[in-house]
Parts: sequence; structure tokens; C-alpha cells
Amino acid sequence: MVKEEKEIANRPDNTAFTQQRLPAWQPMLSAGIVIPGFVLIGLAFIGIGVALFVTSRSITVLEIDYTGIEKDSACFKCSNADVKNCVCNLVFSIDSLFEGPVFFYYGLSNYFQNYRKYAASRDDEQLSGDLDAFTAPSDSCSPYDYNSNDKPIVPCGAIANSMFNDTFVLYRVVNGANKLVPLDGKGIAWWTDYNVKFRNPSVTPLKNAFNNTVKPIFWPKPAYQLDASDPANNGFINQDFLVWMRRAALPDFRKLYRRITDGEYAKGLPAGNYSLTIAYNYPVESFDGRKKVVFSNVSWMGGKNEFLGIAYLVVGSLCVLMSIVMLIVYAKFKFPEED
Amino acid sequence: MLRRTLNRWLGRDERRVDSRNICVGHRSSSNNEAFIPPKFCDNRIVSSKYTVWNFLPKNLFEQFRRIANFYFLIIFLVQVIVDTPTSPVTSGLPLFFVITVTAIKQGYEDWLRHKADNEVNKYPVTVLEQGRRVRKESEKIKVGDVLEVDEDETFPCDLILLQSSREDDTCFVTTASLDGESNHKTHYTVPDTEKDLESLNATIECEQPQPDLYKFVGRMHIYKADQEPAVRSLGPENLLLKGSTLKNTQTICGVAIYTGMETKMALNYQGKSQKRSAVEKSINAFLLVYLCILVSKALVCTTLKYVWQNKPGQDEPWYNEKTQREKDTNLYLKMFTDFLSFMVLFNFIIPVSMYVTVEMQKFLGSFFITWDKDFFDPEIKEGALVNTSDLNEELGQVEYVFTDKTGTLTQNNMEFIECCIDGFQYKYQDAGTDLDGFCVTDGPANKVQHKAGREKEELFLRALCLCHTVQVKESPEQGQGQRDGLMDHVDGLGVDGEGLHPPPQEQRGFIASSPDEVALVKGAMRYGFTFLGFESKTMKILTRDNDVERYELLHVLNFDPVRRRMSVIVRSKSGDTLLFCKGADSSIFPRVRQEEVERIRMNVERNATEGYRTLCVAYKYLNAEEYAQADAGLREARLALQDREEKLMAVYNQVETGMSLIGATAVEDRLQEEAAETMEALQGAGMKVWVLTGDKMETAKSTCYACRLFQRNTELLELTVRTLEDGGRRREERLHELLVEYHKKAVQDAPPVKAGVTRAWSSANHDYGFIIDGATLSMVLNSSSESNSSRYKNLFLQICQNCTSVLCCRMAPLQKAQIVKMVKNSKGSPITLSIGDGANDVSMILEAHVGIGIKGKEGRQAVRNSDYAIPKLKHLKKLLLAHGHLYYVRIAHLVQYFFYKNLCFILPQFLYQFFCGYSQQPLYDAAYLTMYNICFTSMPILAYSLLEQHICMEVLLDNATLYRGIAKNGMLRWGPFFYWTLLGVFHGLLFFFGVRYLFGNPALQDNGQVFGNWSYGTIVFTVLVFTVTLKLALDTRHWTWINHFVIWGSLAFYVFFSFFWGGIIWPFLKQQRLYFVFANMLSSVSAWLVIILLILLSLLPEILLVVFRKPRGPHAGQITPVTPLTYKHLKDRQ
Repeated sequence: MVKEEKEIANRPDNTAFTQQRLPAWQPMLSAGIVIPGFVLIGLAFIGIGVALFVTSRSITVLEIDYTGIEKDSACFKCSNADVKNCVCNLVFSIDSLFEGPVFFYYGLSNYFQNYRKYAASRDDEQLSGDLDAFTAPSDSCSPYDYNSNDKPIVPCGAIANSMFNDTFVLYRVVNGANKLVPLDGKGIAWWTDYNVKFRNPSVTPLKNAFNNTVKPIFWPKPAYQLDASDPANNGFINQDFLVWMRRAALPDFRKLYRRITDGEYAKGLPAGNYSLTIAYNYPVESFDGRKKVVFSNVSWMGGKNEFLGIAYLVVGSLCVLMSIVMLIVYAKFKFPEED
Repeated sequence: MLRRTLNRWLGRDERRVDSRNICVGHRSSSNNEAFIPPKFCDNRIVSSKYTVWNFLPKNLFEQFRRIANFYFLIIFLVQVIVDTPTSPVTSGLPLFFVITVTAIKQGYEDWLRHKADNEVNKYPVTVLEQGRRVRKESEKIKVGDVLEVDEDETFPCDLILLQSSREDDTCFVTTASLDGESNHKTHYTVPDTEKDLESLNATIECEQPQPDLYKFVGRMHIYKADQEPAVRSLGPENLLLKGSTLKNTQTICGVAIYTGMETKMALNYQGKSQKRSAVEKSINAFLLVYLCILVSKALVCTTLKYVWQNKPGQDEPWYNEKTQREKDTNLYLKMFTDFLSFMVLFNFIIPVSMYVTVEMQKFLGSFFITWDKDFFDPEIKEGALVNTSDLNEELGQVEYVFTDKTGTLTQNNMEFIECCIDGFQYKYQDAGTDLDGFCVTDGPANKVQHKAGREKEELFLRALCLCHTVQVKESPEQGQGQRDGLMDHVDGLGVDGEGLHPPPQEQRGFIASSPDEVALVKGAMRYGFTFLGFESKTMKILTRDNDVERYELLHVLNFDPVRRRMSVIVRSKSGDTLLFCKGADSSIFPRVRQEEVERIRMNVERNATEGYRTLCVAYKYLNAEEYAQADAGLREARLALQDREEKLMAVYNQVETGMSLIGATAVEDRLQEEAAETMEALQGAGMKVWVLTGDKMETAKSTCYACRLFQRNTELLELTVRTLEDGGRRREERLHELLVEYHKKAVQDAPPVKAGVTRAWSSANHDYGFIIDGATLSMVLNSSSESNSSRYKNLFLQICQNCTSVLCCRMAPLQKAQIVKMVKNSKGSPITLSIGDGANDVSMILEAHVGIGIKGKEGRQAVRNSDYAIPKLKHLKKLLLAHGHLYYVRIAHLVQYFFYKNLCFILPQFLYQFFCGYSQQPLYDAAYLTMYNICFTSMPILAYSLLEQHICMEVLLDNATLYRGIAKNGMLRWGPFFYWTLLGVFHGLLFFFGVRYLFGNPALQDNGQVFGNWSYGTIVFTVLVFTVTLKLALDTRHWTWINHFVIWGSLAFYVFFSFFWGGIIWPFLKQQRLYFVFANMLSSVSAWLVIILLILLSLLPEILLVVFRKPRGPHAGQITPVTPLTYKHLKDRQ
């Protein structure tokens, strides 16, 4: 009896798992699966590719560089860093209706928003409205944490400090007269940034929260005065600020500035001449940067992007091509499984 | 340390002059010279590595000697000291985890060793101290102690035999656990020592400990009151070795001369060194490559950073000014810290998690060996045992198998199978309905009529009963020296002998120096002739008719390996003087009348090819004159002082002539179950099998035949003492000559062997088997001149490598290890495996890459020192062909996959540096960086590496040739590594640039909003996780529910985690980088499309490759190496 028990105790369990005999599915890549699979994938990709390509083609983009490096540029006079409060006028014309809604972007190039030190130079606690962080900004903001008088800077850090501050006003030139095109500054930032991630301190008026702090050195106005027209668009939840704080991935980037959705322009910008008045404040030539404005409409796939459509078409046709090659190879050399 | 000492002893044996002086029983010698008792080591055996005190520092030191651990330590320190893009926690935590787990594991293993040591060291022994018997623990024995050992006890240290309870001052021991010989050996007490050990006053002067089991030189000075001290010489026959067991002797007393680690047994052990598998070596090599990649990446980035910063405006644009401290830092220091930062940023390319996963895979994977019910042996009620899990994959790489013979290939259980009398074959049948239990199975013509005459039969059986040196065992209860008791026992034996099914006690009835003598005597007993034992000089046998016949034993002409026969001269009651001779066919046939030979030769040859050990039996009547001459010759030769051996030999040869052949016997050393099949499978799998045994050549050779290691058409190349002495010239010359000759035969004239030919194929050509013995081997290895030595060694190795099997006999344990070492270090450093069951195999088990112990009868030494232990030899087949193969494929894929997935993980991060001003900005969020290897991609590969069966087990077992497909580390060589690296680079480039071109316009949502850098990283990361996981899915050939669960589960977990991670404002995090990034990404159609595109584009080439790589042609299946993806043909063949 004891012996039997010992044997049972020592004998390995006879289960499928311990004996490595779990039932298993053993898939096989054979011609019967691979060739039709390739054809199907290829056709699907070509279909998607065509759709993408057509969509991308239908998107209109108008890009105007206004850095003012070139002498004939409208903003040439402003490119000199010594000129303060410079305003320049950019005149352009649209041949046919620029279908709406039109999105108005500004673009910067050779601008490294993804620089590590720069990227880390912010204090998310401050930006979420934590008043403690107002008086003691995070180390990561250095050297943009305290001004020369040791006063805390709010919002601190390099990103906030370097917020893009060129402003644009668009006019439609109708019979020689400038007619203001209304720009919609709402909904240009992520909903979650505006509603959850960035919070103003719950102090009214907002100004009081910023007592004993100073505005970022580069800023003309403190954070609570960013938008004089709309009190709800001030402080850390200013839409332009939010857009700027979402750092671009690459050194050449564009950011959404305004949408043109109001009234008569909801259908788009009608053909005609336009004038863009630019308050040229943002210096870029010190680091060889360029500035541009971009008007674009978008589709279901976002902005214009030829790459995706072409890539899909190429991969799709490659798949079809390979399946044909495989078919020929298979027909020529009988593979063992078909014998 | 131990090894160095060993080498000294081995190498310069003769130069060492010092010897040790021992006082027997610690009584100082009578002469009054001041005797300082020398210090000897105590009798403690230490095999453990750590103590409680040194565990922590020693273990940490050992662990950080590992290149990977050291590397991670450095990375961790850099992260602590330098301002780096990632936090020290990311590398510190995993490192701490790995170190702790390993330390616990090693600590546990060492604790087990401590326990085993204690078992030996605390074993109680009896010490005689001032006439009292004191029980002591074995470890307290000191050199000079007089010990008492009882029957069946193992000697606790090396002893000089002083006193035996047997009357003839001898004792019997068996050295089975030392050299594998399980027969009883006779040892003698020192002559003329007093019976009263109390009053014995003596010192022993002997050589310092040395590992050769068969050598011992010493002197004993016996001081007696008022007498000149007597000097007795001591030889190996007086020495009882630790590890051997006292047999058939009630009790002995001996003085300890070598203790603890200085015993011959301990000296024959080698320190248990850490074994590293070939896979681990590959990993280290790959690691170096990746380390180079890492360093060059960091160098490139650092250089480019400073080149780039030189352009005006780039270094410190107005929007990103430096802090005062940064400005003050020395430029070169900055460069250096930048370099380190890049190293840290890219350090994920060398995955710490790979080590964890590999360890886990090995640890968990080894359970499948323990769990395998095929390894369970109902006899010993145990299954396989895994002592180290580090070598699982090595089981799939074995090229040389070194196997012990006794107890491993054979059961060491001789059995009389059949005999041939006068040309008629007699086979014993258990059911024996035949009149005498005799049954003729095969004769020239009709069975019954042509049976050899009864007279011949009886002569033959008498010969078997008389011509031997067997003694009847005295059972202990009758060992009081009473003759009657002995008689009773003998009678009992006789009665037993008549029964066809003798009771088991009869099994231990005889003792002899060779087990086949016992088998013969027992064989004769089954046919009715029972040997009853000696009575002084008279041999008694019980005949078939129950008569007791007495023969006076006149002379024994001893067996020796050169003559290969032995004889006895007896005088029967009737006064006839008879000579019975038995021996190998080759030594008997020339000495008998030729007309008798042919009839028997046929039978002998048939038996030999069946693997039986055959002996021929002959006899001759000596008339009075002949006997007188022989008697005088023998006596004279025995007394000769010079050339005694030669003179004896001459007389022997003279006497043993003109005999008549009676018959032949066939004795089977029972092979282990399925030994031949196992050996065949191993050879079919491309392994070379070497038999290393301490046993005699003839015995070993017949075993080799029986195991089909040597086949009938195998040409044997023999390099033994016998062949060396054939030419009559100096041994050295002859050795040289033979080596050159064999080399010409086996190496130069042999057709070049193509890799991958099956055994059936090569046996059509010429098969060679090589035989060498220990003495010759030491000549080959330690030749007098240095240049010859290495040349002989080379020749020897080359010959051996061209032989299908090699047999090395008469090997000392350490010589076995030497052979293994020599092969291990030969060109191409093949993977070796040693398998054995006794303590004499321990050194070779430790030396080989993989050591396998058989849970045999000869103690547990081998099992304890082995890496794997299995109950039976037959289990080796499945262990290697199925488990080993699978483990290798699993771990090889695991390793390659790990490097691949980390390369394509880090490559986009590297490429991103070109777009972020070389600022060490990570592409992925810290959570992704840490979790990638730990959570997102670790489980599927672990499940794969535990469960994958690219070919199912039955097929692996049936087709041994499949094993060759992965030979020579086939899946981890530079070719496959390069392929995987290329794949990683391809995927990395694709991921990064695919997303890069998508981000040409970052407005990817239909509301016109733009994506930032974390979205970029998240898209790349999503593609990465999916591609890498699906790539594994594509490679998985064996989808159990666990694989499904883990693969799809990991992907689901990634998605879930990303939502979760981005869905909450984390209270303790400084930065909320990923808040809603993932959800926003999924709301963009373009992101979806690019993810799908990139995943498919990465995997399609792989699928194409698989499809096009399929074997073509009719025999493709046999030829193409087995890669995880080409196995379909195997299924078809099933």
C-alpha cells in the first residue's frame, strides 16, 4: 500500500500539458492560402490606395512663405530682428472656390520643438492649475523658471516661453476694399487638452492667481491676458497656447491657427484676391528657420498626404504581382504537397 | 586550485620526492627523536561553493562577471550619475530582479550541496582509540587513526589494511563506485603485523596523495621492544580506497593515511565548474556585436551632434537657452556625458529581459524533462532528474557521446546463454522439459541422434566446474569459522542448484575476480554440475547423478590479458591428472588439434557476432612424467627472483599445448534495455559514440558488438599494450608505426565524408572502429618528447574522428576525463556528452559539456554530479532527439527573436535623433520603453519557447537524421543571425520612415488638428508591437490554447494598457505626456491605415520567403536543414 502511494507520488502527471501533448492548431502556409491571400490583400490595398489618392488629390492646399529672407518678399522689412512691432501684408489670389471648411495653419521649419531639453522644459503641475507650482516651478523649467529677480515665471519653461506670437488677419479684397474674413479660434486644440489636461487655477479673477509671478520673458502679455476678446480663452487654456504646447514631432511642422467656418465662408473661400496682415513678431532667421502660412481643407483622412495613397497602391500592386509570380512558379515546379 | 595541484601530480610524478610519515594510532615511535606530527587535512569532503559568510560578496562577484550583468550595472550607474533621458529605475529594477532571482537559485543549489556533503561528513565511523572503540563522525577522522569497518560499509578514507577478520589475513572489496569493476578484489594485511593492534607501534612512510587508483608505494616500520625495527613494503594490495565497499569480510581494521580531499577518490574528482552552453556563447558573441552597434550608434550621434551644433544658431537657439551650469561645463566632459546619454538611450538594444526570459525558459522548460512519463522507471520508481537547467539546449547539439560500459551499456549481469560441445549447440531453456534441462537447438543434422555423447557433455561440464578461481561465498551468519556451517550452506546450495528456478540467495553464492567465471559456474550448475567449493586444496563438485566428486587442485595457471587463457591442473580421485584450459578462441585454437577446431569455430564466431562473450574450453590428460615435468617447471619459475614473469610464461606455454577442444561457451553481459537501438539512433543522429571503460578489452569489445557500435564489417584498429608488444620492438617505436599506419588507413585513404550522409550510406564504404587502452593512451598523451606528444595526439584524434566508434578500455577515471577534454578542445570544439552511472564516471561527467548520470546500482555519485539524471540508458534517445532538439530550436529562436525585436525597437529611436537635433529625445514614452520587453512582447516568446514543436515528438524520434539539421549550432550561427539582424533593420527603417512620411503633414484628423511627437512615437510603437508579435505568430508552428491566449492577449493588453495609460491624469507623474494620445491616434483614419500598411509590409517579405524557400525536388525533405518554417514535408511523410 505504502509502496503504491510512493509510486503514485513519484510518477509524473499524465496530463496533456506535462507530456507536451496539448491539442494544437498547426497552420501551414501553402500555395492554396498564400496566393489567394496575396490577391485579396493586393486588391484591397489597391482599392484603399485609389480612394486615398483621389481624396488626397481633391484637397486644396495654399502655402505661402513669409519669412522675408528674400528681398522681394513682402515681409523682408520685418525680418530684421531690430524692427519691433513690424506688420507686413501678404497679398494672394485664389482662382476658384477654395472649398471649406478651410483650415489656416502656420508652419515653422528648422525649429526643434522636439529637442530634449526643450521638450522637458515645462511644469505640468503648474499647467494643471496647481498653485503650489506657481510659486515653485519645477527644475526642469530651468533656465526659464525664475527671472533675474528670482520671481517665479508662470507658465515656466522653454516651450511656453517660446510660444508663437505672430498674428494674422485675413481680408478678402472686394473691389479694392478689405473685407475681414472671420477666423474661428475655437476647436483648434485637442478637446482633452482644453477640457482636462490644462486647467486654470480656480481663482477669480484669474489675474489674482498670478500674483507674485512674472510672465515669461518672451511674452508681451501675461497668461491671463492672452485673449482680450474672450475671457474663457485665457490662462493655460488659451487655444493658441494649447496648440503650441503640443510639441511637433519633426523640426518642420505646421500647427493649426484658425478655422474659417463662419457665415459666408463656411462653404469655402470664394475666388478672388486676399490680403493677409501679419504682425511679424517671431524671430526665426537666427537659427535659419522659415515661417509660412498654409490654407488647406481636410477630408476624412486629414490633410493632404500623397504618401499614404501611393504607398497603398504600390504595396497593393506588389502583392498582386507577387501572387502572379508565385502562381507561375508553382505551376512550373510541382511542389511536394501537390503531388 | 585543486586542478592545478592535480596537474602537478599528474605531470611530474617522479620529480616529487617528499613523502608523508604517519604514526599508526598516533603512538609516537619508540626512538626518542622529537617527532612533530605533520599537519594533514581533515576528512571533510567539500563540494559546496559558498558559506553563509561569503555568499553575498562571492555570488555578486560571480554574477557581475557575466558580461551582461556588468553591462547593466554600468548603465544603471550612468543613469544615476549623469542627466540622462531615462530614469535609473528603467534599468535598475530589472537588474535588481535578475540578480536577486539568480542569487536565490544559486543559494538554494548550494544549500543542497551542503546537505549532501553533510550526509557524507557526518556518517558515523568507529575509531579505535587506546583500545576503546569510539563512534565518530566521518569528518573527524585524522590521518593515523585506526578505523574499524564492517561488512558492506564503505571506507570513509584511504586505509592501510592492518587486520582482517578472515583467517587468511585478506579481505574482499568491491570498487564498483570507483572504477566500475563490480567484482571482488582481494586485499592483504601488512605481513607480520601483530594481532593486537593495541600494542602495535609502527610508522608508515608513503608517497604524497596522487590520483592514480592503481598505484601506491609505501613502507611500514614496525617497532618492537628491544628489536631492530622491521620494515615491510606496502603496495596497492594493502590499500583500501575510500569509496570502495568491504565485501564478504566481517570486519577489518586499518589506519587512515589519506583523508578528505586527499583521498584518491577525491583527487579523481574535478571541481564542478560552471558549464556554459554553446547557446550562451553565441549569445555572448551576439551581445558583443550589439554592443558594437550600440557604441557606434552612440558615437555617431555624439559626433553628429557636435558637428550639427557647430552650425550657427543650432547650438543654442533663442527659444532654448542653456542653464548657467550647462554653459560652464567643460566641452569634453559634455561630449562624454552626451555619449553616455546616447548609450543609455539606446541601451534597450541589449535586452536585460532576454536574460530573464532565457533563465525562465530554461528553468520552466526543464520541468518537461522531469514531467515526462516516458522517463519514469517503474523499477526504481523515479523519473528523470534535472540538476542544472542551463544546458537544456545543449542536449540538441551533442556530437560526441562518451559512455561508460559497466552499468550503463550493460547491466553488469553475466548470464550463461549457450554452449557448444563438440560442434553441437546447446541452448539452455528455462522451461527445460528436456531430460537434463539440456536442449539441442542446432546441430549439423537431426537433433537427438547427433547430440554429443554424454561423456563429452560431462567432461565439458566438469571442465566448467573446475577451471576457474571462483570461491563459494561464506554467508555472514555462518562466518564464525565453523566448518559445519559451511558444509550446511554448501549442501543447501547443491540442492538449490538442482531446482530449475534457484532462489535469489543463490545469486550471491559465488565470488570471483571476473563475473563471467561466476556465470560459467552457474551455467554448469544449471546443467547439473555444481561446484561446491574448496576444502583445503580439494575442489568438490556435485555431479548430475548427485555424486560428490573431489579433485585435488595441483596448479592454477593464472589468467593474464596477454595469454588470454587460464588453466588448472587437477588430479581426480582415480588418479588421473587433468589439465583444463579455457580462454579466448584466438589463444586456444592454435593449441589444440586442428581437426577439432573447424566444428567449433563456426559457433564461436556466430556467438561473437551476436555480442556474446565466448570462451573455448580444452583439456588434456597429463601422464605422470608430463606432470612431473610441468610441476617442476612451475615450481622453479615461481621461485625465480629474476624474470619470473617470463619464465612462468614459458612454462605455461609449454604445458598448454596439444590439448583437445571440448567446446565453447557463450556468456551474455546483459545489455541495458534497448541499448543497441539507442546507440543506433545516436549514430543515426550524427553523434559519435565512444565507449570509455575501466573494464578489460575483450569484455568491452564484445559489448560494443552487442550494442552494434561495432558491426560485423567494422574493421578494428587496435592500439593496445598487446599490439604494441607484438612487434617485439620498443613500445614507442611500435606506437609511432601503428599510429601512422592507422592514420593512413582511416584518414588519408578514406573517401571524403560528405556532411549529412546517413549511416546506411557510409557503412557501404569502410567502417572503422578504434580500440585503445589506458596504458597506451597515456603513452600517446605523455610521450617522452614534446613534439611527438602533440603529433601523436593529433594523429590519434584524427583517426578517432574518422572512426564510427571508439572504444577506450582500462581507463582510470581521470583518463576518461582527459579523453573528453581532448575531444572537447579539438578543432571545431564539438559538444560532448558523457553518460555514466558510477563514481568512476564522475570526472568525465563533469568534464563533458553535458553530463548525464544513470540512476544505476553503483551509488548516487554520478547522479549527484551530473547535469541530468535518467533511470535508464534507453531514455537518452528521447532526451536528446526529442527534448534536446526542441529545446535547442526553442531557445535559438528565442535568442534570435529577442535580438531582432530589440533592434527594430531601438532603431527608430536612433533614427529619430537625426530629426531632433541629436538631443537624446526618446521617441517612445518611458512607460513604453520599460514595458515593451517586460509586458508587451515577453509572454508570447516565452510561451513559444516553452511549447513550440516545429516537428512533433514522434517524428523526431523516428527520424534520427533530423537531429543533424540543427547540428553545429545551426540556428545560431552568423548566417541566421545576420538574417535576423537584417530583418530587424528592415523593420526598424520601415516603421520610422513610414510614419515619418505620414507626418509630412501632421494634420491627420478630419477636424484639422495636428499630432505631436508623442503621437508619432505611439504610432511607431503600435506598429512595432503588432509587427513583432505577429512575426512570432507567423513562426509559431504549434498553436496550443496557451499560444493563442498569450499572443492575442498581449496585443489586447497593449491596447488596453495604452488606453488606460492615456486615459488618466496620473497623480504622481511629473509629465502627462501620453494623455489621450492613443485614443486620439485611433480616431484618425490615416493612423489606422498607416499602421495596417506598415504591419503588412513588414510581414509580407517574410511570407514570400517562406513560400519560396520550400524544398523542391523528390528528396528535398531529407536534405534541407530543418528550419522552423520548413517542415511541411515532414508532415506529409508521416
